[in-house]
Amino acid sequence: MDWKEALVRSKVWLMLFSFLILVTFVISLSTGALPITIKEMLVTFSGAGTAQQELVLYQLRLPRMIIALLIGAGLALSGAILQGLSRNSLADPGILGINAGAGLAAVFCIYLFSRANSTLFSSPFLLPVFAFIGALIIAILIYSFSWKGGIEPGRLLLMGLGFNALCGALLIILQLKMDPKDFQQATIWLTGSIWGTQWPYVWALLPWIILLIPISFLKARSMNLLQFSETVPHVLGLKVESERRILLVLSAALAGSCVAVGGGIAFIGLLAPHLARRLCGANFFSLLPLSALIGSFLLLVADMIGKNLLAPADIPVGIVISVIGAPYLIYMLLTRKGVGMNS
Amino acid sequence: MIKQSISPLPRDLNTPLQTSKHKALKWGFLGIILVLLSFVISIGTGAVWIQPSVIIDSFISFQKENIEHQLIKEVRIPRALTGALIGAASAVAGTIMQGITRNPLADPSIIGITHGSGLAIAISLAFIGSGSYWNLLIWSFAGSAIGAILVLAFTMISKERISPVTLTLAGAALSTLFSALSTGIALYFQVAQDLSFWFAGGLSGTKWLHVYLLLPTLLIGLFLSLWISRSLTILAMGEEVAAGLGQSFRQVRWIGIVTVVLLSGAAVSIAGAIGFIGLIIPHIVRLLVGPDYRWLLPLSAVAGALLLTIADIGARMINPPFETPVSAVTALIGVPFFLYLSRQKRGYM
Repeated sequence: MDWKEALVRSKVWLMLFSFLILVTFVISLSTGALPITIKEMLVTFSGAGTAQQELVLYQLRLPRMIIALLIGAGLALSGAILQGLSRNSLADPGILGINAGAGLAAVFCIYLFSRANSTLFSSPFLLPVFAFIGALIIAILIYSFSWKGGIEPGRLLLMGLGFNALCGALLIILQLKMDPKDFQQATIWLTGSIWGTQWPYVWALLPWIILLIPISFLKARSMNLLQFSETVPHVLGLKVESERRILLVLSAALAGSCVAVGGGIAFIGLLAPHLARRLCGANFFSLLPLSALIGSFLLLVADMIGKNLLAPADIPVGIVISVIGAPYLIYMLLTRKGVGMNS
Repeated sequence: MIKQSISPLPRDLNTPLQTSKHKALKWGFLGIILVLLSFVISIGTGAVWIQPSVIIDSFISFQKENIEHQLIKEVRIPRALTGALIGAASAVAGTIMQGITRNPLADPSIIGITHGSGLAIAISLAFIGSGSYWNLLIWSFAGSAIGAILVLAFTMISKERISPVTLTLAGAALSTLFSALSTGIALYFQVAQDLSFWFAGGLSGTKWLHVYLLLPTLLIGLFLSLWISRSLTILAMGEEVAAGLGQSFRQVRWIGIVTVVLLSGAAVSIAGAIGFIGLIIPHIVRLLVGPDYRWLLPLSAVAGALLLTIADIGARMINPPFETPVSAVTALIGVPFFLYLSRQKRGYM
């Protein structure tokens, strides 16, 4: 199957989710502590709104929701790639500890440069770089530790859980060395919150996502081949190991940049590819774009719930996603066929 | 499809169980000496370093006017004792847990019992108010019981034998759910600081009261676990063998679960989430004395006491005069061990 055929086949779902995202986007823009009707919104966008409405829309809601869109897509893709390269339907950057590694690096960055007092280092543009490095280090560690004449999915997961706990312990130690102001900033990364984000963070995240999404789409063919047992892709001329490494870096880059802005949001990378696979099958040509759309949609919805459920209090989006995602994971574990890891 | 063959804990059927008695006595003796030694160091360490001679002096002739003697009696000794008791309780709970689930990665902290207790504390703080200390203690107990029952229900619902990976993942998922819920509750009702204070717990600020609470709990737990120790040993040989020998698991499982809840509930409610002790200790002790649970359980208690006492000393020495949370120290020790276990060949898992 090729790009065109796969996309045509799944066009119903792609269009449906694009539509849902649009609807949710509009609803989410209009709801919140200060409700704005759709008519008022249009007026404001045409430049004739009140100053207050402009402030709420342009400075508070729009950047936050764009970030939710980008992070949802990025994390979903990162999870889909991880699942593809490890042939393991339970892989998720949050479960595997890649998010924790990125968070640790981001907190380390805050800790390190809060002392340097230089504006260059405290800019939001440096955080994704650090988070990427952290994510990459953890990804490589997990991969090489679970390497034992081949990657066994179960071992990969256990290693990930272990490194997750390790990062957690290091984070606690690091946090205690911080002063209260940095501590506050650091906790944002831990709870997984896109609250209080501003345009600079959008600009910091956007280039990563724009660059990485097409690259991961280009890798769809090799991910499809990797789903066969080891010999088949080899015969078809695919360098399995080097391809896996490239995919791992790609996944870590996506997860790292998203965590740098949005914090440790788990389960999106697990849920989105799963739903996508249920809807359109395991072909990565259609799986990747649909996962990205579903991820964006889920995060937008979760953000909207978190914003409105207990308003005016703001529930971090990471908590909403966990409450949805954890029961799903348990359900998945219970209904899996067989004891093995490939469900 | 990878079919994971789950064989029980390592066993060597050729060596009769009797030989472990000799080894057990030897290691037990050594362990108790080490615990006593680490005790003296633990009493000595802290913001103020106290000479061993002063410590012995305070035991022999306690002087009320002497500030160091007071410090030893009211702060250092309760802390060291609580640490040792919690270490022992966690280790015994882990040993039982690994026995009844026949899963080498089972540990109350990995499996979500501790986070269940955290959620209960959050609910209690939010809806009932901080209340009395006893109130919180009871809530913490109830939470860990619910966590344990959920994990158990999970192992019962799924038809196939639960592999370690599945159980660990389910525990991680449950933990995430519990901690997400408790964070949400804590943020909304603005008790986040109280909650994290309770959860990070640690051993600082422990009093004699805690020792009086923990000691009977540990003794009851040890008694219960020794009661089912024979059945646990047989269970480790595989359910088929055990069924052939006429063992009824239902009773053993329930006694085991009650004991685990009792021990880990007490540990969590006093010192917060201190993980990995119940994971590491049973493996080390099993290497030393073999698979007989009659020896495994008491020796795990001794080794757990030793490990947490040492970890607590480390927690006070990493970044003086500040204390590092002891849970971080045990995680730093425990994670490499966890990784090593996960890398073992599949038969062991």
